[in-house]
Amino acid sequence: MHDEIYKKIEKDPRFQDLVKRRQKFAWTLSLVMLAIYYSFIMVIAFKPEILAMTISPDSIVTVGIPAGIAIILSAFVLTGIYVRRANGEFDALNASIIQEASK
Amino acid sequence: MNPVISRLWKGVIALVAMMPMLALADSVELSGGQQALNIPAVSMFMIFVIGTLGITYWASRRTQSASDYYTAGGGITGFQNGLAIAGDYMSAASFLGISGLVYLSGFDGLIYSIGFLVGWPIILFMIAERLRNLGKYTFADVASYRLGQKEIRILSAIGSLCVVALYLIAQMVGSGKLIELLFGLPYEYAVILVGILMVMYVTFGGMLATTWVQIIKAVLLLLGATFMAVMVMKTTGFDFTVLFEQATEVHPKGESILAPGGLVSDPVSAISLGLALMFGTAGLPHILMRFFTVSDAKEARKSVFYATGFIGYFYILTFIIGFGAILLVSTNPEFRDAAGALIGGNNMAAIHLSKAVGGDVFLGFISAVAFATILAVVSGLTLAGATAVSHDLYANVFKKGKCTEAQEIKVSKMTTVALGVFAIMLGILFEQQNIAFMVGLAFAIAASANFPVLFLSMYWKGLTTRGAMIGGWIGLLTAVVLVILGPIVWVDILGFETAIFPYKYPALFSICAAFTSIWFFSVTDKSAEATHSKGLFRGQYIRSQTGLGSAAASAH
Repeated sequence: MHDEIYKKIEKDPRFQDLVKRRQKFAWTLSLVMLAIYYSFIMVIAFKPEILAMTISPDSIVTVGIPAGIAIILSAFVLTGIYVRRANGEFDALNASIIQEASK
Repeated sequence: MNPVISRLWKGVIALVAMMPMLALADSVELSGGQQALNIPAVSMFMIFVIGTLGITYWASRRTQSASDYYTAGGGITGFQNGLAIAGDYMSAASFLGISGLVYLSGFDGLIYSIGFLVGWPIILFMIAERLRNLGKYTFADVASYRLGQKEIRILSAIGSLCVVALYLIAQMVGSGKLIELLFGLPYEYAVILVGILMVMYVTFGGMLATTWVQIIKAVLLLLGATFMAVMVMKTTGFDFTVLFEQATEVHPKGESILAPGGLVSDPVSAISLGLALMFGTAGLPHILMRFFTVSDAKEARKSVFYATGFIGYFYILTFIIGFGAILLVSTNPEFRDAAGALIGGNNMAAIHLSKAVGGDVFLGFISAVAFATILAVVSGLTLAGATAVSHDLYANVFKKGKCTEAQEIKVSKMTTVALGVFAIMLGILFEQQNIAFMVGLAFAIAASANFPVLFLSMYWKGLTTRGAMIGGWIGLLTAVVLVILGPIVWVDILGFETAIFPYKYPALFSICAAFTSIWFFSVTDKSAEATHSKGLFRGQYIRSQTGLGSAAASAH
């Protein structure tokens, strides 16, 4: 029942543009998250002594603790960045593409 | 509401009202007086149970159609769903297991919790909106969208049931130990009680009741954990350095608790655990199901944003709570048995800490919350497991889509009861296992069977039924076999000398096996059916991107 509209949408250059941009944005953010997490895991696997270093000579707090907390915060911030753009800019474009195709 | 159910309700309420007396009777019998009856704990738990049963009653009157039953009619908001996801995900294993792990080995607990969290951004970027746009009740709806219904739904349902079973056992074990410690009730009674309540929430209230149980529990847990963390920090003058210094002074492992330790001992285990936690989250059936309870992709995205915030905040609290327990619990003989071990095991660190910082009343509150946590998680799991059986296996495979909604819901409720009995039995059988590792195994299966098929079905045009089916099964079986041959089952449970497979976490191998074989058996599939399913990709793709034609978006 949606076949006609799907065809129209597929031909719409704005749809191609939306998908391309949203996809690129999502992949970029995913790679950032994966890079952060797997650098952490690789350090634990191969060079755990880096995380065991203290943050300053007179403190016993290790680098690992602020690093770990920072990763937790980065996960939250990255989701915030994505939702803001996807629910704003991308959804507005999406709505106008559907409206155009439904005419 | 028919008279039978109404009478059943009265019976349940009478039973619930009698529970303190039962508990009292039992604690009197335990003349050794190990755990005296904690009146505040029992009262607060009772309030929670009565309150949630009330919600279940309310929800049962609003649950008529299959859509109501499975997904609360798609009428949950993004914020509510974010809380409910957090409530679903912050399990007893997270709260008791991870704070216990921090108590035992410090920094290693943080490694675990980070792994549990970082799957969420990936779910948002890669899966959430497409899943919402394509699916109806289960992730198998999406995975089988353009592939063979029978093959893919059976695979996904079995994958779901394996995850649900392992996760359920972990929760049941946690609940048994907790209530044993709190009420002085025998472990078996506690497990049976949890099983009965969970079956009640799910069969009568469906997704609507389950969602609200999860939301209430999430709010209570976040409040309780916040209070505990603040009280811990108060004793150190709100100075983290003081917290860590004092902890290393009293901990037997000294300063090594501030660095990566023995939990992840070699590179393969580290990478494998990381993969299991990250992609496992994206293959948990009870979590994926939550995305169908919101109206559209916009709300689905918001759900993940809020959930990530709540879960991340909670893990930071858990870390503080674990260190607080080193400081305030390990040094206090009140919480140790004759041999010097923590009463109830290391997983009870957070529970003991609640008494140390807030006395009996707060101990009661946290115990009730921990109990509520278990109930909320097992309800979500049971609903997901029952839906896999009723919607995927019964309605779409066995009846080939030709059955009424009423029949489907009936099968779902029968499965729920069966799962309840199953959970009680295995909960009793697995009493002595470490609950955090049990959840790790569930993640490995989710990451190796559910996730690869779901992901490739949405992203790869070349995926065929044959590829998805063979590859998915290989992923699932590889994960299960390697777990059985690995140290946890082969040595610790079966009692052999050395493990055949040396690593605790099989995900690295099983995920690779799944993706490689899905790819291989898809590209070599030259059947007409393969060409047909590739042809359906375009429509699926446009729907997944735009949300046009997606289920239930207009129902409310």
